[in-house]
Amino acid sequence: MMKSAPLISFVILALMGLMLDQFLNPYLQRTMALVLVNIILAMSLNLVNGYTGQFSLGHAGFMAIGAYTSAYLSTHWVAPAAIVPHLLFFIFYSLVSGCFAAIAGWLVGQPSLRLKGDYLAIVTLGFGEIIRVIILNSSALGGARGYFGIPGPSPISFGGLALNAFYSFYLVAILWVLTCFFVIYRTISSTHGRAFMSIREDEIAADSLGIHTTRVKVKSFVLSSFFAGVAGSLFSHCMNFIAPSTFSMLMSINVVIMVVLGGMGSMTGPILAAVIISVLPEALRPLQELTGQDYRMVIYSLILIVLMLVRPQGLLGHKEIWNFWRKTRVE
Amino acid sequence: MNPVLELEDLHVHYGSIHALKGVSLKVFAGEIVSLIGANGAGKTTTLRALSGIVPCRGRISMNSKEIQTLPSHQRVRLGLAQSPEGRGVFPLMTVEENLDMGAFIYSDKEQINQDRDFCFTLFPRLKERRSQLAGTLSGGEQQMVAISRALMARPQVLLLDEPSLGLAPLIVAQIFEIVKHLNELKKMSILLVEQNARMALKFSHRAYVMETGKITLSGNAADLLSDDSIRRSYLGH
Repeated sequence: MMKSAPLISFVILALMGLMLDQFLNPYLQRTMALVLVNIILAMSLNLVNGYTGQFSLGHAGFMAIGAYTSAYLSTHWVAPAAIVPHLLFFIFYSLVSGCFAAIAGWLVGQPSLRLKGDYLAIVTLGFGEIIRVIILNSSALGGARGYFGIPGPSPISFGGLALNAFYSFYLVAILWVLTCFFVIYRTISSTHGRAFMSIREDEIAADSLGIHTTRVKVKSFVLSSFFAGVAGSLFSHCMNFIAPSTFSMLMSINVVIMVVLGGMGSMTGPILAAVIISVLPEALRPLQELTGQDYRMVIYSLILIVLMLVRPQGLLGHKEIWNFWRKTRVE
Repeated sequence: MNPVLELEDLHVHYGSIHALKGVSLKVFAGEIVSLIGANGAGKTTTLRALSGIVPCRGRISMNSKEIQTLPSHQRVRLGLAQSPEGRGVFPLMTVEENLDMGAFIYSDKEQINQDRDFCFTLFPRLKERRSQLAGTLSGGEQQMVAISRALMARPQVLLLDEPSLGLAPLIVAQIFEIVKHLNELKKMSILLVEQNARMALKFSHRAYVMETGKITLSGNAADLLSDDSIRRSYLGH
C-alpha cells in the first residue's frame, strides 16, 4: 500500500463530506455520524474477535469509559476557542478517552486473557456490566439520569461557505476512522499481527513457536479498547447526551453482530456490516408508516437470520472488498 | 559426554489422572531418539511437558541448565522447537507466512531468508506452494510445513510429535528420509514420538519404549528392532 494512502483518503473523504454537509438533511447526517462511530467499533472489536480469535463481549464497557471521559472533559475543561481551534480540542478529548479505555483494557485483559472461549466471553461481559453499574451509581457522572449537555464541535466556515456543525464532527470522525483502519491494517500485516492470527488458528502451536500468547492477546485487547474508547468519545459528542443504559450488553452484542456478519478476519467486512446494521433500521422506517405497525425490528432480525444462513462465514468471509473486485476484473 | 536434553523423574497429572509416572530419558548431540508406545502411554504428554505446554514435576535440563520452570515461549529461545501432534499449521496463513512464524523470535532477515531457503531445499514441494494457504495443503504437505516451521526456530533439539499421523506409507517414508538427512547434515538432535514403531526404530539411533506413563525398555534402535517382546507387542509379528 502507498505511504500517502491515509492522507489521500482523508482528503477524498473530507471533500465528500462537504457535499454531505450541504445536501443531506440533519436526520440523515445524524445517521451518517452514527455509521462512522459504528465503523470504528466494528473494526476495533474485529481485531480481538476476528484476528486474535478471542471472544470479547465487553466492548460497550470500553466505549462507555471513552464516552464518559470525553463528556466530563468537554464540560469541565472548556476549550479556550480563541487560542486553539475548537476542532483540535475534540481530537484531544477522544485521544484521552481512548487512552483511558486502553488502560482499562490492559487492567481487564491482564488477568482475563489467560482464559479461553466461553469463559473469556463471560468475564468480559461481566466487566462491561461492572462499568455500567459504576456509572449508574456515581452522581458526578449523572447516574441513571444520564449526562446532559455534552458539546459537539462548533461549526467552521471555509471562505464564504458556511458549514454545519455536522461537518466539524465529520472531520474528527473520519480522522479517527482512517487512523483506526490504517493502524489495524498495518498491524495485522506485520509480524506482530501474524502473531495475533497464529493465536486464533492454533494457540498451542503459537506458544511452541516462542510467542508469549498472553502478552500478545493483551496487546490486541489494549489496541482494540483504545479505539472503542475513541468511538465512545465520538458517540457522546454526536448524541450530546449519554446514559448508562445505552452501554448495556445489547450494545456489545450489536458490535459482535457487525463483526460476525461482516466476516471475522476481514478488514472491510465489518465496515460494510457496520454500515448495513446502522442504516437498515432507519431504512425500514417508511415501512412502519406504510403498515402502521412496527414490524421494523422483525424484518431487521429476519434479514440478519437469512444473511447468516446464506453466508455463515460473514458477508466477505476472510476476504477484502478489493479481492472481489480483482476477481471480477480477471474473469 | 553430557546429554543435550535430559529428563529426570518427570511426573504429569491431568486432574486425578497420573499420566507420567517418573519418566527419565536422555538425548545426546546429533542423535535421533524415538519414543514409542501404544495409545495413551504418555508419549505426547512427555513432549508437551518438555515444551512447557502442560505443567510437570521433575527435572528437565538442556545443556545442564534446568528449564522446567520456564514458560514455553522462553524454552524456544534455548533451542527446543516442537512440531506438534496433528501438525497444528496455521490454516489461513500461506506456507511462507507459516514458516516466518517459526522465526518469530528472530529479527535477522538475512538468516531467516537463508533458513527458509534451506527448508525449501529440504521440501521442494513447499517452494511450489509457498503462497498457498496452509489449510488447503494435503496432510503430508502440512506435515512438511509443521517440520519446517519448527526448523525456522533454529532448534538444538527438534521435537517431532507423530509425523506419520494420518499419512500414506509412501509419504511417511519420505518424511522419515528427510528427518534422517536433516540429522546427518546439521547434526541436529531429534526426539521423535511415534506410534509407527517399525519406521521409528529403523530411522533412529536409540529408542525408549513407553507403557502407561513409564519407560519400560530402552536401548539401541537396532537391538530393539530384533527384540522378541518388542516384535510381538509393537511390530505385529
